[in-house]
Amino acid sequence: MPTPEKVIFEYSHAGRGASDQWPHDPGTAALADLPAKLRRGHAPELPEVGELEVVRHFTRLSQLNFSIDTHFYPLGSCTMKYNPKACNQYAMLPQFLARHPLAPESHGQGFLACMYELQEMLKGVTGMQGVALSPMAGAHGEFAGVAMIRAYHRARGDLKRNEIIVPEAAHGTNPATATMCGCVVREIPVNSSGDVDLAALKAAVGPNTAGIMLTNPSTLGVFERGIEEVARVVHEAGGLLYYDGANLNAILGKVRPGDMGFDCLHMNLHKTFSTPHGGGGPGAGAVGVAARLMPFLPIPIVGWSGERYRWLAESDLPQSIGRVSAFMGNAGVLLRAYIYMRLLGHDGMRAVGEYATLNANYLLKRLQSAGFEAAYPERRASHEFIVTLKRQARELNVTAMDFAKRLLDLGFHAPTTYFPLLVPECLLIEPTETESKDVLDAFVAAMSQIQQEAQQEPERVRSAPHTMPVRRLNDVRAARHLDLTWTPTTQR
Amino acid sequence: MSNVPADLKYTKSHEWVRTLADGTVEIGITDHAQHALGDLVFVEVPEAGRVVKQDEPCAVVESVKAASDVYAPLAGEITAGNPKLADVPETINSDPYGEGWLMRMRPAAGAVAAAELLSAADYQNVLAAEGG
Amino acid sequence: MAFIPHTEADVAAMLAAIGARGIEDLFEEIPKSLRASTLAGVPPALNEMEIGRLMSERAAQDGTPLSFIGAGAYEHHIPAAVWAIATRGEFYSAYTPYQAEASQGTLQLIYEFQTMIARLTGMEVANASMYDGASATAEAALMAVRANRRSKSARILVPATLHPHYRRVAVAMASNQGLRFEELPYCTVEGVTLPASLGKYAGEDVTALLIQQPNFFGRLEDVDALTDWAHERGILVIAVVNPTSLALLKPPGEWGSRGADIAVGEGQPLGVPLSSGGPYFGIMTTRMEYVRQMPGRIVGRTLDAAGREGFTLTLQAREQHIRRAKATSNICTNQGLAVTAATIYLSLMGRLGLERTAAAAHARTRELVTALTRTPGVRLAFSGPCFHEAVLLLDRPVAPVLKALAARGILGGLDLAPYYPELGAALLVCATETKTAADLERYRASLSEAMQAARAA
Repeated sequence: MPTPEKVIFEYSHAGRGASDQWPHDPGTAALADLPAKLRRGHAPELPEVGELEVVRHFTRLSQLNFSIDTHFYPLGSCTMKYNPKACNQYAMLPQFLARHPLAPESHGQGFLACMYELQEMLKGVTGMQGVALSPMAGAHGEFAGVAMIRAYHRARGDLKRNEIIVPEAAHGTNPATATMCGCVVREIPVNSSGDVDLAALKAAVGPNTAGIMLTNPSTLGVFERGIEEVARVVHEAGGLLYYDGANLNAILGKVRPGDMGFDCLHMNLHKTFSTPHGGGGPGAGAVGVAARLMPFLPIPIVGWSGERYRWLAESDLPQSIGRVSAFMGNAGVLLRAYIYMRLLGHDGMRAVGEYATLNANYLLKRLQSAGFEAAYPERRASHEFIVTLKRQARELNVTAMDFAKRLLDLGFHAPTTYFPLLVPECLLIEPTETESKDVLDAFVAAMSQIQQEAQQEPERVRSAPHTMPVRRLNDVRAARHLDLTWTPTTQR
Repeated sequence: MSNVPADLKYTKSHEWVRTLADGTVEIGITDHAQHALGDLVFVEVPEAGRVVKQDEPCAVVESVKAASDVYAPLAGEITAGNPKLADVPETINSDPYGEGWLMRMRPAAGAVAAAELLSAADYQNVLAAEGG
Repeated sequence: MAFIPHTEADVAAMLAAIGARGIEDLFEEIPKSLRASTLAGVPPALNEMEIGRLMSERAAQDGTPLSFIGAGAYEHHIPAAVWAIATRGEFYSAYTPYQAEASQGTLQLIYEFQTMIARLTGMEVANASMYDGASATAEAALMAVRANRRSKSARILVPATLHPHYRRVAVAMASNQGLRFEELPYCTVEGVTLPASLGKYAGEDVTALLIQQPNFFGRLEDVDALTDWAHERGILVIAVVNPTSLALLKPPGEWGSRGADIAVGEGQPLGVPLSSGGPYFGIMTTRMEYVRQMPGRIVGRTLDAAGREGFTLTLQAREQHIRRAKATSNICTNQGLAVTAATIYLSLMGRLGLERTAAAAHARTRELVTALTRTPGVRLAFSGPCFHEAVLLLDRPVAPVLKALAARGILGGLDLAPYYPELGAALLVCATETKTAADLERYRASLSEAMQAARAA
């Protein structure tokens, strides 16, 4: 087990610093015009360390992480596929990095060409008429999507429509987004085979329905078989369909959300289009719309004048829901998605959906053969599937959490645990298309080993992990005794 | 199997109500609720003097896995919030019906009847139906 | 096929294990009518050599003009170590640290980041970041409505000197929840919000007051007077700040007699490249008493089962994945990689380096203003101190002048006509420590030529 790494402040020594990084001192006269009452009285207490100390500290911290570059990371609904190095290298060409967001279009035709072509390719894979790139994360894209739906109804004078229907298995961002848009959430149940309960849906729609938010394949890892009927019911009631693109990897190149009847969607470029997860971000949540929602797209959007690329903004889209980003969104992330899509090309997109689904179905079958219980055994897996450990919890008092922690010891990042809430003691497993059969087989072997340990020495599993930099962390203590910033006195 | 004292009244949303000698009522969350939430890390109680309607959210109980609203089982005026819970929220886990009381209130006229509170037996049925 | 490792033998073995004849069988649950036959608009694949060439050509097409634009995104020197470390695979390709034991690197880094940001702003607690400064401002307004129990109006006072895009994002993101943003006028001579303009709100129910420092024009607002005015009336103060400037300027935690209640800002100046506008990160800080109203992720330090220190995400019960419809926000992310870069940047620059950077940027802007106002037809718009940005007034429309400069490889600044037409021909210019005396002279000379040519035309 690696030795713990101190907090950077503990390396500070007064007077130390990476002085070759500092600009030359302009002298105190340069600041004479700043009024004393607006000046900082004492310098901020930032670390005073040398460059090598900084490099060692953060390099060592990085080595405490699991990552796709080092470990299989089958997190359901997160699509942890390989992040190609080429995407990073070419997105970080110096001219792209140096370009100011407010630089004129004349000095950005190269960059704007990439953005325009990205918009076009995203329309192509989703079957949508319009795409906007500025939302900076999936949840941000969801916000824009539901805001557009509201704007659409308002523009038609249909002010009563403020209800958003959400399946009970939905990810928490969906109802949270509806609330952020000033809507009311109506939850509908999912039936025992994992599809939306159509009878409940028909009872839930009406003159107050703004729309429905769906993921397809759903958060249960199965395709919503009745989607065409769902679309018909909601549209007939006057509502619109919103597609949560979190699971787009399952159907990329095989099915387009526009063809399923969706009016509006967001994509998670950091999932399906392999931009880096970066320890929690930055993502990009581009949105796509059918023709009737195009006037409401968030600005700015890249347009083509026939001769040059230009920004379309407030005067071009007077009914736009407005700006959701200070500038044009996460440009560097968008460049990486562009490069990725060009590397995949037409056939490569289709291969993503095919091989993601092949890997998931293979892994599901192997785990079932090893004695694990699938939540929906009669259904095909999409790009992910759910295994329930409720039997192990009941009979052996070993939970999904315990399995997840023991997997870390065996060199695998755990799958998503306890989501969706509908299935008790669940693991939501998504291998992605970039993993080889060998890796999947090794994962099955690890799960089998843990199952055996659960039967023979359960305490080993319950007290896992054992080989990580820390043992299981006390999150109750973390929330009761909030220690959110370092102070010298909190040193132990 | 959770503890359901026979001498208290209950709501479907897992609050309990105890009538005190001076006509005020004491309110908290049940053993079932504290068990479902897990170790409590933070509790917010209403201030004395606040007037609440029946079913109005008036307190919050937070664990690491959930943050739940607590709904006023009946209408009235809050006379006290339990001051202990700010520092020791886990009191609700260890003693949900005693030291872990959330708030006390003076019910409005007719509020108790209007509330249609459940007996201990009825609340047991609610728990059985929920599978707890 | 790019990034797919399967051989034909692998596929055959896998299909046999599944009991399917072909991969298409696996899609049998999907109605045939929905299957896409072809994807319009998606060209054939390029290999890495080809895409590398294409991107290099496009980058070369854009070039690297000499830029004097600020307006919310600032060019600063970024030490080589920052992105060399931030793009290490263990940071770059790691996920959100939900499995804390496998993410101690990211979690400890965020804890250090929170600490640095809290110290820089003089506030008690910081979160792990928001998307950018504009969305952080919108979220701060929503947070103020939750936190200010005394106020019921959800009215937010917004100075016209707050970045125009930030004002628009706040409206786009928060007005659906009933917030009303009311604009405070500014003085066109001084370029700041006058405390007198607050007079009409004296007896009104107002929830929060936003104050940007330095403001969009680079001018310095009277933050103490504005803060105390608000606090005397039970109005929460939301500060919008530039983190580099905080090395020299009084931090929001010390504004007025009680300090700001929430402080947000754009973190891009801290080691994040301009990159056409993103990815950046939003700073968000507040008092401990409001920490449960603050959206976004927060990392806390705790102990593990063996009594050793470790780090974990905490206060997650406020977040969307647990609280759902009642969440403080729908935000799911923090700008992880940008935050990683900023933490390394702040560690390398340290207290002295950040101070020097701020001082050099301030000095360079003053020198730029001095140089440019020597040109006939160019004068300074506002009297009074500013920090690392300034507004110039020209004696002719700005747009053609900027075009002439651009033709010479210089981006002269931001034309304010679309945002503040009442100022006339106004240009927002910025110079940071990245500019040399030769750069300033080149701008001055080119501007002089451009103005002369325009005069002659």
